[in-house]
Amino acid sequence: MAKKTECIAMLLAGGQGSRLGVLTKNIAKPAVPYGGKYRIIDFPLSNCVNSGIYTVGVLTQYQPLELNEYLGNGGPWDLDRANGGVHILSPYQQIEGTEWYKGTANAIYQNIHFIDRYNPEYVAILSGDHIYKMDYAKMLQYHKEKDAACTIAMLEVPWEEASRFGLMFTDDDGRITAFEEKPKNPKSNKASMGVYMFTWSKLRQYLIDDENDPDSSNDFGKNVIPAMHEAGERLFAYGFDGYWKDVGTIDSLWEANLDLLNPKANIDLSDPSWKIYGRGNATAPQYVSDKARIENSIASAGCEIEGKIDYSILFSDVTVEEGAFVDYSIVMPGAVIKKGAVVQYAMVAENAVIEEGAVVGENPEKCDNLENWGVSVVGAGVTVGKNAKVKAQSMISEDVKEGETV
Amino acid sequence: MMPKNVLGIVYSNSYDSSLGALTARRTMGSVPFGGRYRLIDFPLSNLVNCGVTKVGVIANGNFRSLMDHVGSGRPWDLSRKVDGLTLLPPFTPAAVEATNRIDSLSRIMDFISHSKQEYVLLMDSNFVCNTDLSKLFDFHSKKNADITIAYCTGTLPKLNNIAVLDVNEDAKVTNIGIDVKTASDVNYSANIILVRKALLERLIGDAQSYAYQSFEKDILQKNVATLNIYGYKLSEWNCTIDSMNTYFEANMKLLEKANRKELFNDEAPVYTKVRNDMPVVYGITSNCKNSLIADGCQIEGTVKNSIVFRGARVAKGAVVENSILMQDAFVGEDAKLNCVVMDKNTVITPKKVLSGDKSYPLFVGKEIVI
Repeated sequence: MAKKTECIAMLLAGGQGSRLGVLTKNIAKPAVPYGGKYRIIDFPLSNCVNSGIYTVGVLTQYQPLELNEYLGNGGPWDLDRANGGVHILSPYQQIEGTEWYKGTANAIYQNIHFIDRYNPEYVAILSGDHIYKMDYAKMLQYHKEKDAACTIAMLEVPWEEASRFGLMFTDDDGRITAFEEKPKNPKSNKASMGVYMFTWSKLRQYLIDDENDPDSSNDFGKNVIPAMHEAGERLFAYGFDGYWKDVGTIDSLWEANLDLLNPKANIDLSDPSWKIYGRGNATAPQYVSDKARIENSIASAGCEIEGKIDYSILFSDVTVEEGAFVDYSIVMPGAVIKKGAVVQYAMVAENAVIEEGAVVGENPEKCDNLENWGVSVVGAGVTVGKNAKVKAQSMISEDVKEGETV
Repeated sequence: MMPKNVLGIVYSNSYDSSLGALTARRTMGSVPFGGRYRLIDFPLSNLVNCGVTKVGVIANGNFRSLMDHVGSGRPWDLSRKVDGLTLLPPFTPAAVEATNRIDSLSRIMDFISHSKQEYVLLMDSNFVCNTDLSKLFDFHSKKNADITIAYCTGTLPKLNNIAVLDVNEDAKVTNIGIDVKTASDVNYSANIILVRKALLERLIGDAQSYAYQSFEKDILQKNVATLNIYGYKLSEWNCTIDSMNTYFEANMKLLEKANRKELFNDEAPVYTKVRNDMPVVYGITSNCKNSLIADGCQIEGTVKNSIVFRGARVAKGAVVENSILMQDAFVGEDAKLNCVVMDKNTVITPKKVLSGDKSYPLFVGKEIVI
């Protein structure tokens, strides 16, 4: 039996992230690179450690290989521990048969015995696809003060964007009075961040009841939380006013990366008191050559930069040759951008090669039809041939031949 | 010879005094190098990359920064149940620092004797190189050598007790000179020495009974005729740090691609303590040319021909040329630096102008604010 732990975290990392297209062809969404040297999952994991939560169950299902390898024994996050630490929880065979995780609630339901081993008072349910820095300890404190059964982290979003979120209504005390899921005409701008703190004894019962309901889709947002609300449980909203972004789409992932260059975006990864940890590789410092020009950008270790970089994020070991131009783009680890190539308003995945003179992406200011404009994406390991052209909004998963336009 | 059968011994205080102020508060092994490393990272990485599993690090004095850096040895995968890394601080009741290599080794003879490895490889911290040591092990076996000394050909470093080797066609060392006075190229020892443990035990035991003082003179030189001593030539890019000048030059040489390729490669990475800094942030006003920049830096000014370590910051309007900025150094707005070595946590306040010369870089000591 493991040592009793007051609060443990369960991190939902099994999603496919189908809206990220080629970027999640071979990896789960939480393993998608972000911010020059991180992966999305580094944010909830680092938040846990920085908040004093040292027992984290990571629920994986879709393409777990790279994610499992990345997490390893949890060492980079200080989660290789004698008590607790990081545990990868995949669906498994049981005597009644094998079952995939049917929904977020079912994923936790199937791991009730894991949680019970730590006999926790509280369980934080987190998702693996958000970029934010948050002190869960403060949220837990709030949860205890309110004697809540469930506390939901809440962000006030701009009214014009509110219709994209699950919204909440609260009374003066912060208690949730009603929910509204992605309404056309929102009456609230208090959005759920998908970060929950539960009193375990309560959640445990609701999970069992939910599993016994054949009509349920076994989802926290759709089933478990509404059921708790209907039953009159104390549900509270915990206000958060820092940076938070769901990076579930190409556009939002691209934006969230470039937000790091925007001083108004309020996301600072250099704060030594709230470090974001990740598994690094032993690469030498980056080299910026005589011919390079790099401005308003972020670049990571191991890069060799000889071209011009503006408003972009370069991950580790990226090569940008002489005369190449990278503008408003995200270039993931190991990618090579050869002489005279242009990468603009684009995301180039790991180890892709952009050959000489190729052009990836389009500048929206020079685009005739803005309706067809969007970020271009080049998949992992793909080669874009000499003088080839990748149009706006294209998503490339196969090599592009020399001179071809796609 | 299996690398697992070799015990690595790294001497962390190698020629501390040659760097003066840079080693005033640290060992040679913990001197920052190449933007993100400490000198000891090179011998440690060479050892683990070729498969050595047990390493002892001799620490004589000033070793707090070394302990902080090396820790349990995890970055080198040396935090193990079987073998792994052992820090060997002085522990005699008098706690006097060892004065020479023989003294250092005799103090850790029990550690060496209790190791199950059959061979011992001695290494210094002031030698920067990335080399496949397993080739040296194979060479030693093939030559049936008693002692193998790795050497470089070039100008003799300005250090005491450096062995100069005469090597014949068979690579056998026929003669050893110490502190040779010459300006021409010689074969000088890199102080990487492989020897069978039993022989080392005997040599150190004898040296103690005769109160010998110099490993090079009294052990290597005296036995050149009686033992099979072989010289193994190192062909990779390397540098022996013997002064602030060579330290400065060796860093600057990393701005050349060919040297970087030899020192840093994917097959044999150089491992170091992880700091989890964010990547480099270049501001709108940044202008960076021909420089090596490590993670955690924030560059808003101009940086040219320089090595910038983790967490250093160059403010708007500042100009840094031909300089080394160590960890978390800060150069204020409109300050101008040329040929300056800024130690860790130093601050240059706005508008200051500091200038040294390539042959005599200006050194700003740890935590100094100018």
